[in-house]
Amino acid sequence: MATVNPATTTNAVAGGVRLPLVEVHDLRKNYQLGETEVHALRGVSISIHAGDFVAIMGASGSGKSTFMNILGCLDKPTSGKYLLEGTDVSALTKRELARIRNQKIGFVFQGFNLLGRTTALENTELPMLYSKTAKNDRERRAREALAQVGLGERADHFPSQLSGGQQQRVAIARALVNQPRMLLADEPTGNLDSRTSVEVMEIFQKLNAEGLTIILVTHEPDIAQFAKREIVFRDGQIKRDDVVEVPRVASEVLKTIPTVED
Amino acid sequence: MDFSSAFVLALRALGRNKMRSSLTMLGLIIGVGAVIAVIGIGEGAATKAQEQLAALGSNMLFVGSGSVNRYGLHVGSFQTKTLVLADARAIVRECPSVSAAAPGTGSGQQVVYGNENWATQITGTEPQYFEVRNWPFGSGTSFTDDDVTQAATVAVLGDTVRKYLFGSRNPIGETIRIGTLPFKVVGVLTPKGTSPGSGQDQDDVIIAPLTTVQKKLLGQEWLRWIMVSAVTRQASYIAQQQIEHLLRDRHKIRSGDADDFVVRNMADMADAAAEQGTVMTVLLTIVASIALLVGGIGIMNIMLVSVTERTREIGVRMAVGATEEDVRLQFLIEALVLGLIGGTVGVVFGVTSSLAVSQGLGWPIRIPAYAIAVSTVFAMAIALFFGFYPARRASQLNPIEALRYE
Repeated sequence: MATVNPATTTNAVAGGVRLPLVEVHDLRKNYQLGETEVHALRGVSISIHAGDFVAIMGASGSGKSTFMNILGCLDKPTSGKYLLEGTDVSALTKRELARIRNQKIGFVFQGFNLLGRTTALENTELPMLYSKTAKNDRERRAREALAQVGLGERADHFPSQLSGGQQQRVAIARALVNQPRMLLADEPTGNLDSRTSVEVMEIFQKLNAEGLTIILVTHEPDIAQFAKREIVFRDGQIKRDDVVEVPRVASEVLKTIPTVED
Repeated sequence: MDFSSAFVLALRALGRNKMRSSLTMLGLIIGVGAVIAVIGIGEGAATKAQEQLAALGSNMLFVGSGSVNRYGLHVGSFQTKTLVLADARAIVRECPSVSAAAPGTGSGQQVVYGNENWATQITGTEPQYFEVRNWPFGSGTSFTDDDVTQAATVAVLGDTVRKYLFGSRNPIGETIRIGTLPFKVVGVLTPKGTSPGSGQDQDDVIIAPLTTVQKKLLGQEWLRWIMVSAVTRQASYIAQQQIEHLLRDRHKIRSGDADDFVVRNMADMADAAAEQGTVMTVLLTIVASIALLVGGIGIMNIMLVSVTERTREIGVRMAVGATEEDVRLQFLIEALVLGLIGGTVGVVFGVTSSLAVSQGLGWPIRIPAYAIAVSTVFAMAIALFFGFYPARRASQLNPIEALRYE
């Protein structure tokens, strides 16, 4: 596999103007929670271009998770528009949404969400089971994705035999294996110690440098500083949307953190 | 997801929880095993009954002297004295569907040979009896028509009688005593086994010329029965009507009055036995089907537990692109595999337990191929049916909630 993700380098171009990868307009989401109606999102509008690295911050209940679920096509907005590569996602059927999740989006979760008693390799192959990839291709691509996150040697290990950081790297390999347009990471460092967290950010920065768009939810400000852009949610709206002037460089930071014995 | 990877996936998922999977399959195993065993034993018994009836001669009719009718109550059979040798001759002569008839009588007698003695049934008849009953000789020959004419004291032994009186010795030419009369043994019949109707040992019999038994043993002129052979099995029903008509006429029974004889048709008995077997098989199959049904409910129960347990897994699969159909297919195939393995093991279990029964109890066993095919397919159908609801439930999960499920 080429180190540069081809999907993210060929941006949609219309009339010489680069279309954003993600464009949301006045996104609203209401839940019925018992008697009361919760307004999780109250009109969010934002554009994210291919190659960006966005950190989304906010207190719990600020709407950032709801926003991520909609971006990930796991949920549909109550109103508003979500264009992914110019396609209106809110008009799609469940089956089409599943296809988009499979082809265009890679998920990384706080709790890793690997399948137990299933090897790293098979966990990585999982998305390809749903994209009609031939068995030989599946294994080859899964091995490449694992090598990309530095776990080529551990392909046959079970999650229980891997450290938290290694498990999260398997999850990242799984997210990468179908060469998605963007990686959605929901508190990927939430369950990891600080050195391992930075190691994960190092992988993200490397992938982003290769052209992959990354959207990261975190509540740790120093993790957000590894991104290029920082968006803060509050009460279902975007409170701040800033460029990170000088993003931290994970590979540099790692030199300052002592190695913990595994 | 393609079918073969879904199949491998299902096998793995079931393999991860072997204990639970096998317990889940147990219901189906017992159900299928029961169906196979029941059908095997039922079919075996039916086949055996058919064989026994065939040995009796399925084109055979039995004409017996009638019972006495007291105030509408039939008391005892062989009571009337109206059935005579001339009737037997008339049946052969005048009924076109009849090929042969053997008149007969008999009674219980004590038989002695040397130190051995045995209480058995003495049958007096004519040589064609052996043809009518399709009963070959093991050794020696039949008595002759001349023996009948002369009321000769010669006898043919059933195999049971031979065993008790002679053991391993050759009885041909030996003299036995029946009642007070000495008889010379001229022949021994091959064993015929128990009668399918009454369970009586058909080989526990001595057969002698009709006249000898009538005059020298019983002092009776009338017949107890006439064994009639119809030209074909189909013709036996017509033969029955012809005989009934003829005998009523000969016995001068007015219309409206009851017969003083009975005609029984072996084809009827064969049908009745077969029907009895069918009813039994149907009943037992229903019971076995209920076992299968319970097995299916077991599958549903465990599948529901499994879906709940694997909620997060389902969430992950949906997040990486599994559609509702993919998730449903995955769980349906798991159910199908449970059904397939359970069905196959059940077939093995059913066949071996049937064989054990046949070895242990000496019952005949016949397991038709359709029983194996039908019960396996049925097991899978049940598994699919009961797997559908859990599979649907899995596919309807909301991926966000599923991913958050603890």
